[in-house]
Amino acid sequence: MSTILIVEQVLNGLQFGVMLFLMAAGLTLIFGVMGLINLAHGSLYMVGGFVAAVVAGLTGSFTLALIAAMAAAAMAGALIEMTVIRRLYHTDHLDQVLATFALILIFSEGTRWAFGSFPLYLSRPEALAGSVTLPFGIEYPLYRLALIGAGLAVAVGLWLLIAKTRLGIQIRAGENDREMIAALGVDIRTLYTFVFALGAALAGLAGALVGAIQSVQVGMGEPVLILAFVVIVIGGIGSIKGAFVGALIVGLTDTLGGIFLPELFKLVMEPAAATQVGASLSSMAIYLLMAIVLIWKPTGLYGARTA
Amino acid sequence: MTDPVLEVRGLTKRFGALVVSDGIDLTLKRGEIHAVIGPNGAGKSTLIAQICGGLAPDAGTIRLKGRDVTALPTRTRARMGLARTFQISALAMEDTALQNALLGALGAAGTPWRFFGPALSDPALRKVAETALDRVGLSDKAGHRTAELSHGERRQLEVAVALTLRPAAFIMDEPMAGLGSEGGARMTALLDRLRHEAPILLVEHDMDAVFALADRISVLAGGRVIASGPPDAIRTDTAVREAYLGDEA
Amino acid sequence: MSREWIVNAALIAGLIAVPLWAHLSGEPFTITLATRAVIFALAAVGLNLALGLGGMVSFGHAVFFGLGGYSMGILAHHAQNFLPLYDGLFLIEGTKSMPVIWLVAILVSALAALLIGLLSLRTSGVYFIMITLAFGQMFYYFAISWRAYGGEDGLSIWVRNGFPGLNTLDPIQFYCLCFALLCAALWLSARIARSPFGLVLNAARQVPARVETVGLDGQRAKLVAFVISGAITGLAGALFADLNRFVSPTMFSWHMSGEIMIFIILGGVARLFGPVAGAVLFVAMEHVLGDLWDHWHILLGGLLLVIVLFGRGGVIGLLAGKAQSHD
Repeated sequence: MSTILIVEQVLNGLQFGVMLFLMAAGLTLIFGVMGLINLAHGSLYMVGGFVAAVVAGLTGSFTLALIAAMAAAAMAGALIEMTVIRRLYHTDHLDQVLATFALILIFSEGTRWAFGSFPLYLSRPEALAGSVTLPFGIEYPLYRLALIGAGLAVAVGLWLLIAKTRLGIQIRAGENDREMIAALGVDIRTLYTFVFALGAALAGLAGALVGAIQSVQVGMGEPVLILAFVVIVIGGIGSIKGAFVGALIVGLTDTLGGIFLPELFKLVMEPAAATQVGASLSSMAIYLLMAIVLIWKPTGLYGARTA
Repeated sequence: MTDPVLEVRGLTKRFGALVVSDGIDLTLKRGEIHAVIGPNGAGKSTLIAQICGGLAPDAGTIRLKGRDVTALPTRTRARMGLARTFQISALAMEDTALQNALLGALGAAGTPWRFFGPALSDPALRKVAETALDRVGLSDKAGHRTAELSHGERRQLEVAVALTLRPAAFIMDEPMAGLGSEGGARMTALLDRLRHEAPILLVEHDMDAVFALADRISVLAGGRVIASGPPDAIRTDTAVREAYLGDEA
Repeated sequence: MSREWIVNAALIAGLIAVPLWAHLSGEPFTITLATRAVIFALAAVGLNLALGLGGMVSFGHAVFFGLGGYSMGILAHHAQNFLPLYDGLFLIEGTKSMPVIWLVAILVSALAALLIGLLSLRTSGVYFIMITLAFGQMFYYFAISWRAYGGEDGLSIWVRNGFPGLNTLDPIQFYCLCFALLCAALWLSARIARSPFGLVLNAARQVPARVETVGLDGQRAKLVAFVISGAITGLAGALFADLNRFVSPTMFSWHMSGEIMIFIILGGVARLFGPVAGAVLFVAMEHVLGDLWDHWHILLGGLLLVIVLFGRGGVIGLLAGKAQSHD
């Protein structure tokens, strides 16, 4: 197996990982601050994808599409926070799961109603078309490289927001002590709506960015949502750092497992059987990884809170 | 004098730089009430948690009826007769008082893996549970849901559940808390009778009750036992006055 | 006699009368709908043991539903193609016999529930929900990638499996079989809920610390309940596959897990007959609303939101009033 293939796959894994991070960061932030498990996060990802596809189709501008996707997802997020989610902060997790599952049904079926079951296509921006030549003569699509860059930039931005700004102090205070932050005179309702909308915007951004590689369709958010759950379970619920590390681990495992496990089995089996077993195992690899992390650390790599 | 029922030696627990238990020695002998008092943050709750098995000490040993139980889980200690009551009632609120007492009886009988016959119609379990409710004066509330009981009745129910365990020693975490004067007097009388059944390690803030009941008192401050002895000696101890009233006292 | 008892009796009477009427007036499709409802109810009765009694919010019960389905699919697939299931030291053949298939479905699901439970019960709360969800996806993707048994396309069975002394091809006879199993599962859960084991489980849900301090092992009680719960849902999976004569990875999907949970909520949490009422209502909505409007899931979502936000009693709560303690 060539070095080129390996580097390529590592880059693919990173790209997948940072996109997962955009999803996982919102989920983990919302859980950390409000104690809420939000299954509808995948629907916000889908909203981002659809809005980007529609706006890009109308205006031809990818930048506008991205902005619109984030804005629409943030607005959808704020809307459901104010109408539904707000009522769930003080209920048990079963209610949260059911209510947000109900939101998924409404979002998915509503989107299917509006757009039909056929996928939409979102083309990559002209400026990022084609590929670049990396050291060692590796050809790699420029757009995917840009995704890695964008994901890392968001990660840094999020870190700055939480570590350096007044808002970040409020968010961290909210994670540690909910009564305290109310005592500090922070308007908790607004803060919660903002955090939820921020998480939604990140999900919408991810949906739009990934929508340009894959197709935009109903249900696109669900596999990503569940992988994002695996990410934050591995990283520790509530921890942004955990979400980042977990996302990279899951992204790399998923991508590399699919390529290398069949190769690995070919060393000891017939090629056909090896491809079969390898493919089956690699589809389970991240879940096995999650099981191992849990045996080792039941609250995840960076998790402190036993929720 | 026989060996103590419960013996704590050199118990030490740290949370980072904070030492919550600092070489604590304690014994509980047959027939006595041994009260542990101390200001807030003295380490009383963590002491109970370590004795009962919810928290593992960093150093030291805990012996129950002569056997080292330091590494044993909570439920094993309970089966050996360590009967705990909680400061904040830990009862199944949706269930009746009788069902809560039955749970204790079931634990003592050690036969929870029965999937068919109704628990309420097991005569042996029911007898243990009803006797315990009767002894704390809750017979007429047996069929009431715990959520409907008053605060004082829940405290009584806590003691009843402990009674179902065929206790070798009681560990009671502030059984008087939140009881009015009448309820407090009833609880005091109850504990006074119970000491002959099994000795009581009593963590309590209500000084009237402590001095009325205790055969011995240990004073905890900053995770250490700063004084230990009969009530009269503790009343006059200077270290205790300092711990409670500050240096100027 | 409480109102809840009357609602339950009416529900059972309906589940006897409606299919019987459909049989006499020659409406086999109605019987098939009733069978579907009864099988869903059985799956939800299984989940309710973990969720309602044990407080374990499992979002992965589709695993057991799917394993039950594939137990049926694989055994029948080998039997109908005359391929031995295992031909090494000894010979294992497929089978078309329902009792054998049920037994295998129960054992396989129970084993999976044991493994998943052992891992998942190391955690609690949100972690538990997410982990059971993730295990569900693991089985889903495994089934998709496993070409030998149809992969994404699933497995079809030509003729419904047999039961000694019955003609399972006759809709009403197959319905009676499923209904009898549902009644047995309801009887079993009612017994368990009131047994000493149920007492432990009930307390372990409410105050885990208390259970330990009276010398009982609450975690193990939860694990045992999870295994029984998985086994019942697995049995329902085998019946569901037999009803459709088809099994596919969608039986493992997380939508399935969500739906089984919805049955319980629609009917009413912590009610013995909640899963039955919920499954019947779901199938009725699916049929009536689904015929009227392709996008009826929007209405289902709305109804679910209303029930979660404004009252947890579900249908039975609406009809029978507040839950009462059982004695």
